[in-house]
Amino acid sequence: MTAAGPQAGSLEELHTRPGHATVVGTLVRRGMIGLSVAFLAALLLAPLAVVFVSAFGNGVAAYLRAFADPDTQAAIRLTLLTALVVVPVNTVFGLAAAWSIAKFEFRGKSLLITLIDLPVAVSPVISGMLFVLLFGMRGWFGAWLAANGISIVFAIPGIMIATLFVTFPYVARELIPLMQQLGNDEEEAAITLGGGAWMTFFRVTLPKIRWGLLYGVILCNARAMGEFGAVSVVSGHIRGLTNTMPLAIEALYNDYDFTGAFAVASLLTLLALATLVLKSLVERTGYRRR
Amino acid sequence: MRDGQPTVLPGFGLTLGFTTFFLSAVVLLPLAALVLLAASTPLHQLLNAVASPRALASYELSFGGALLAACINLVFGFIIAWTLARYEFPGRRLMDAMIDMPFALPTAVSGIALTAVFSANGWLGRYLALAGIHVAYTRLGVVLAMTLIGMPFAVRTVQPALLEVQRDLEDAAETLGAGRWYVFRRVIVPAVLPAMLTGFTLAFARALGEYGSVIFISGNLPMKTEITPLLMVIHLEEFDYHGAAALGFVMLAASFVILLTINLLQAWGRDRMVRRRA
Repeated sequence: MTAAGPQAGSLEELHTRPGHATVVGTLVRRGMIGLSVAFLAALLLAPLAVVFVSAFGNGVAAYLRAFADPDTQAAIRLTLLTALVVVPVNTVFGLAAAWSIAKFEFRGKSLLITLIDLPVAVSPVISGMLFVLLFGMRGWFGAWLAANGISIVFAIPGIMIATLFVTFPYVARELIPLMQQLGNDEEEAAITLGGGAWMTFFRVTLPKIRWGLLYGVILCNARAMGEFGAVSVVSGHIRGLTNTMPLAIEALYNDYDFTGAFAVASLLTLLALATLVLKSLVERTGYRRR
Repeated sequence: MRDGQPTVLPGFGLTLGFTTFFLSAVVLLPLAALVLLAASTPLHQLLNAVASPRALASYELSFGGALLAACINLVFGFIIAWTLARYEFPGRRLMDAMIDMPFALPTAVSGIALTAVFSANGWLGRYLALAGIHVAYTRLGVVLAMTLIGMPFAVRTVQPALLEVQRDLEDAAETLGAGRWYVFRRVIVPAVLPAMLTGFTLAFARALGEYGSVIFISGNLPMKTEITPLLMVIHLEEFDYHGAAALGFVMLAASFVILLTINLLQAWGRDRMVRRRA
């Protein structure tokens, strides 16, 4: 290989090889690209486009009117509130879990990692159901909670706990491999030189892991705002009170208010697009998902 | 850190204590409640919930649909991963970024959007209807939603494996006179097979538990288009906690088996990788 020019085996280098553009090769290439584009267009692009087309189908005025509905506004507020509570809690948990797992050796570590990952392997309906079984009217603590006038299920605390459960691993699973890979040398140097524990964390560790942390927080937030199944089970669907944005979409849709349903859906679609853009930007800093 | 070497770093007790406490409170205690409730259900009631005709029909749809969706994703996941890993074309980066869309898009949104596209008067549904294919409110719609939701898993596991296939092996095979198809079968497929099976299993697991995107397009007819997660929700709404917990236990057991399979597949993949390199 010559010193200059594209790296051997890279996409650019392959295109310079003699015999690259055979008839069969070109046909296969076109076929593969065509199939990929067709599959993604039908399954991803068309649904994305239909959200906006349906939301604006009756004009911009009707679209904006959908957000004047007090129940829809309440749903937006509840979704924001839920994310505002759940994401920081899971971020703190993720940092603590990653610090203990990546920086120290102890028995049962791999079991702990598996258990942290558990919520993503469980059906969202089961995730919500767990808290109904615990705190619901006929659940373990149901009678006690009712006697003390505390409502968790069919109320906002239930929504928060269910969301906490489904987004539980997002920050931790991002930080654990990252911190394991980065090692402890700088932290050990900082501590040895007399830096305090918190100072070491904020001045040494946090800057090292900031992109991974941001990545995890972005994904955690997207799931927290968009969760449907688990929240649906615990919410009780009380309009204006316990409906989050995804639940409001369902309620409006079942009322045949398609403009309203797709208007709320368009906001969540924008959130998803923003999530993907941010994620790509973080990846461009050199932080890659393993 | 090397094994057994003491470290000067602080915070072990605090962070591990907080982690275990929080994990127990949020994840383990609730899961234990489910298992205990299912275990304490009288046997005839348990069988009623787990083996009723309606439950059996829902397993058939949930497991069968997820299996079919995972098969579709096995094929198209490979095609898309191949396209992204091997070809340069306008829009490649955009396509690459779009693959993660189903992760980021709330399931309720993909549910109503898919239904709108594939209903009898939708953009694509109207042409399929002309051909006599009805997607919305049929089992086919369930499979479609399950396919969408599992697609990123299939692509994202195969893509890095394809990038890692040692190009010199392919080149050597071609130099020695192997045709493209032969190289594909004997060099590329064996190298990415563990990744493909892992992606298949992940897509299957995700589709099996999926709720939000399926219930809008399925129509939810008992015995016909009712998935198991929906049946659990119906039990809960009737305050039949035992029935819901019993079904939940079946689903959890399935997830556990799947998780185990994934771990074994990944170990197998690493093993092969090491042996190939050696």
